[in-house]
Amino acid sequence: MSVIGSRVVRKDAVEKVTGRARFASDLFLPGMLRVKVVRSPHPRARITGIDVSGALEVPGVVVALTAADIPGRNCIPVVYEDLLLLAHDEVRFHGEPGAVVGADTEAAAEEGARRVEVRYEALTPVLDPLEAMEDGSPCIYGDDNLFKRWNIRQGDVDEAMTGADLVVENTYRTPYQEHAYLEPQGMLANPTPEGGMELSGSMQCPFYVREGVAVVLGLPLASVRVVQAATGGGFGGKEDVPSIVAGQAALVAVATGRPARLIYTRDEDILSMSKRHPAVIESKYGFSSEGKLVAADVRYVLDSGAYSTLSPVVAWRGTVHSVGPYRCPNVRVETLAVATNKVPCGAYRGFGSPQVLFAAESQMDEAAHRLGLDPLEIRRRNALADGDTTPTGQRLKAEVGLPEAMDKAALSVEWTRRFEPPEDKTGPRRYGLGFSVVHYGVCLGAGGKSLDRAGALVQLMYDGSAIFAVGTTEMGQGMQTVLSQVVAEELGIPYESVKPVASDTHMVPDSGPTVASRTTVMSGNAVREAAAPIRLALLETAGSLLDVDPETVTLADGTATAPDGRTVAYERVLARCFEEKRHLASSGWFQSPPTSWNEDTGEGEAYITYAFAANAVEVEVDLETGVVEVLAIHAAHDVGKAINPMGVEGQIEGGSAQGLGYALMEELLYEDGRMLNNQFSTYLIPTSRDVPPIHALIVEHPAEVGPYGAKGFAEQPLMGIAPAVANAVFNATGVRMRELPITPERMWAGLKEK
Amino acid sequence: MIRLEINGRTVETDVDPCVRLLDFLREDLGLIGTKEGCGKGECGACTVLLDGDAVDACLVLLGQCEGAAVTTIEGLGDGAHPLQKSMASLGAVQCGFCTPGLVLAAHALLTRCPEPSTEEVRRAVEGNLCRCTGYVKVEAAIFEAAREMSE
Repeated sequence: MSVIGSRVVRKDAVEKVTGRARFASDLFLPGMLRVKVVRSPHPRARITGIDVSGALEVPGVVVALTAADIPGRNCIPVVYEDLLLLAHDEVRFHGEPGAVVGADTEAAAEEGARRVEVRYEALTPVLDPLEAMEDGSPCIYGDDNLFKRWNIRQGDVDEAMTGADLVVENTYRTPYQEHAYLEPQGMLANPTPEGGMELSGSMQCPFYVREGVAVVLGLPLASVRVVQAATGGGFGGKEDVPSIVAGQAALVAVATGRPARLIYTRDEDILSMSKRHPAVIESKYGFSSEGKLVAADVRYVLDSGAYSTLSPVVAWRGTVHSVGPYRCPNVRVETLAVATNKVPCGAYRGFGSPQVLFAAESQMDEAAHRLGLDPLEIRRRNALADGDTTPTGQRLKAEVGLPEAMDKAALSVEWTRRFEPPEDKTGPRRYGLGFSVVHYGVCLGAGGKSLDRAGALVQLMYDGSAIFAVGTTEMGQGMQTVLSQVVAEELGIPYESVKPVASDTHMVPDSGPTVASRTTVMSGNAVREAAAPIRLALLETAGSLLDVDPETVTLADGTATAPDGRTVAYERVLARCFEEKRHLASSGWFQSPPTSWNEDTGEGEAYITYAFAANAVEVEVDLETGVVEVLAIHAAHDVGKAINPMGVEGQIEGGSAQGLGYALMEELLYEDGRMLNNQFSTYLIPTSRDVPPIHALIVEHPAEVGPYGAKGFAEQPLMGIAPAVANAVFNATGVRMRELPITPERMWAGLKEK
Repeated sequence: MIRLEINGRTVETDVDPCVRLLDFLREDLGLIGTKEGCGKGECGACTVLLDGDAVDACLVLLGQCEGAAVTTIEGLGDGAHPLQKSMASLGAVQCGFCTPGLVLAAHALLTRCPEPSTEEVRRAVEGNLCRCTGYVKVEAAIFEAAREMSE
């Protein structure tokens, strides 16, 4: 197992450090048009007319198109089919697209888009999700503004709450979070001579893009080919919405017969693309005097925006994770995804769980304080361990690395020596320690219905090099590297000899989306299966050359070795394979083991396995200014098996930094339904000077389902940072912050109120 | 006619001097390694060296570059520069969109300050947003390159 678990250099490192990697904006074709989008300035308005004639007068503008020009259906299917490619009767959020313009230059396209005249009649927008559910609110979706409701009903919450020694009841609020991937959305559409469409660009989910474009153009799936370009970060923000970008570019391409490229500006990207849902969480927890969690009653409201997009499934993951990684026999959860006239929210690292985990982990911390328990101790008394049952009634296999993760994080921060209750602190700058634990359901689980499967192709060449293709994508997270390690391991060739092929819908069957931290498990297993027949051919051939039983031969680093130590080089093995016309190419397919979910009770084997994490955060709070400085993050993650520890550390560090932004500074503001701060100068994300030392600690409790025991985990590093920071702030100051982000203004106000 | 030096080669052009240096590099010269992340000088993805200083190429007009020496990521070679090597080998690259700008910002730092402190490194790249790495391995890579360059 030499290459599995080693810190190999990324497959795409050299092309990226030299600037040679080709992202969407680096794709140029002869005759290529540039596309711009006309967007709504209103949160809600009736469209009474669209006049594109002014745009067509601009020199260089070739075409200006509205919903009436869509050859197929005006729909981008996600979970439901309410999302439009272009608004036609009504606009439902500030930034919603209504027309597209194709021109010879960016400048002409921009001027053309300015000259498209859309006449609006303003309507009263629905802006607050709680008000949207009240009687008398205007209706913008169905008859109740509700996209989806999920429930968990386990045990008897009311009785358990009555018998509890301590009840902790609070309301928590969390903000929008913008993905802020550094590469804006972008897509190139290229019409094919036979009437099809090829797309290349920035995306997580080529099969979603294919479906969206096929629906919009009215083409069979086989006529739409999608090839992923280098993709500059996703974090969920390139899950569903690239289908919109692709549809817009494809509409211009099909209308003109010319290639059309659409690169979003940063402003329109932040304005119109998906976000993490803002949320209101009402949480009531009951505890025994020993600190055992006996009942949890949670109402989780997600401000979902104008279209349902991924909200139904975001709300599901949030529901399953809503009580955190604890045993709790009596659970009542009601999750509501509510429509408002704001930007549609969707997938963002953690997928509905960071909001509700902020509440859950704050509740545990408050209970510890009120019971006089150490925050680490109350977690130890309730944390899930091997064989325990989750709040959805799922019995866990012996794969739970949570207790070890807690120990590792606590040891790293020297918790026992350094933890002091808030009452003991003095001075104008106060040091505090905070803890959090989280779990992450790996892959799509029962919410993913039929999507949790993946395909792969592997081909070994006669010179000993190999290529592989999968249907999931590389967006920076390191998929190509990890899967190359798998191919190298299975075929016994050096890692350097493996070359990934760009993800292409014409190469590999629909492998579902690249989301839910599912790629290492799903595509990893598919690649292993694809490599298996090739490996068998190598073993048989080497066995015959060495005159031993093939099953006794070991393959590694381009050499086959017999049990007695005799070796034969791959050159000879491969030459023999080719003489014998062996088939050294194969496909693989992996499907998720079964999962289950009862819609009424919320009981089920929700996910195939779980990753776990424990975070210890050190802060210093300035009582005079309200500034919270994070001094260090100690983040221990159970990843099953770290196929590439350097990549695992990179995910822990980067995810923790995003969590830090969520905790302290990231906040997207609306005023009267209009987004105010859709720029990097006004929506602040952490810079190099904001990120403290991050101690990435790896825990490995192997999962039966994962390749070599690996679990998917890369969303998890973001999820527990905000509550750990808030808990550290409480420890420093005695002030409980129940609304994110903890800006200096909010902190200062909290300190004054105390 | 504007005359400037790009990656050590003299370039003479009659492209409109009001064109952004970023567009001239990418669209006229095909130097696609310089990335546009915001177009407003807020993210640093288009960082290039202008007479040795790190600047955002989206905020510089071609006309301002008369007689200047511009270095883009392509000017650093094929991956053998110490910064490129350390960024790759220490895992400081994820999606790679901010990477060319980060490498050049770090290059400007190490040229004027071969043995930087942690604070100097953080200040040198604070204008280069990276959403993937949390900057931890980026900083380590800059120190590693500084060591190699001073040997």
